[in-house]
Amino acid sequence: MINRHPEPILWMLFSAGGVVSAMLMPALLLLFGVAYPLGWLAPPSHETMVAVLGNPLTGLVLFGLCVLSLFHFAHRFRHTLYDGLQIKHLNEVIALVSYGSAIVGSVIAAYLLWQVS
Amino acid sequence: MSEGHVYTAYHPRWLRQRISTYWWLEKPAYLAFILREASCVFVAWFVVYLLLLVDAVSGGAAAYAQFLAWSADAPILLLNVVSFLFVVFHAVTFFDAAPQAMVVHVGQTRVPGHLVLAGHYAAWAAVSVFVAWLLASGQ
Repeated sequence: MINRHPEPILWMLFSAGGVVSAMLMPALLLLFGVAYPLGWLAPPSHETMVAVLGNPLTGLVLFGLCVLSLFHFAHRFRHTLYDGLQIKHLNEVIALVSYGSAIVGSVIAAYLLWQVS
Repeated sequence: MSEGHVYTAYHPRWLRQRISTYWWLEKPAYLAFILREASCVFVAWFVVYLLLLVDAVSGGAAAYAQFLAWSADAPILLLNVVSFLFVVFHAVTFFDAAPQAMVVHVGQTRVPGHLVLAGHYAAWAAVSVFVAWLLASGQ
């Protein structure tokens, strides 16, 4: 049995999450975080939101966005603490908390997106 | 014969210079690097924000209205404005790295880097327009 290192898989998740979040987040954040709250644009009605989120394709895309983005965050955050702040003695704890929170977040995302559809 | 001999463990002296914990404040390029890395925190925040929105929509029209009112609160609005800037910075830096990270071939010839870059920006624009259209179509 070859002892496989998880780093390449984690890097792939980081990379995929980086691309997906870069494609989708600026538009979504500009709309829901800035434009609607400031009244630049009228927010979608509740019926529209139910219809959009009720579409299985939207659910799938948003689930992918959440999972990949969370693993992107976990990987980058871990390496930033390692390189940037040189916190090396807590390596295992940081890895556990980072990837652990990504897994927990993914489960919560699955539950909430399933509930709305 | 053995008296007078004291053996001590050999400790090489490290020739490493200690780097300051705040090394990333020394040059603008280092600061840009650490800000780019820090963008991941705002990516994670948006996942949380998105899931709160999804939960509010599940909760009915009143919960959704409450979410919209909450999103206009000054601290949340400020956090989202900062997050938006960081997420755009993340997108630009991530796409800029794409030509180096992705080697695309058409037949035998390699697609030049600037076309890979342009492809990413075109996809970004298309996705953004689609999201805006999808949310505007049902008002």
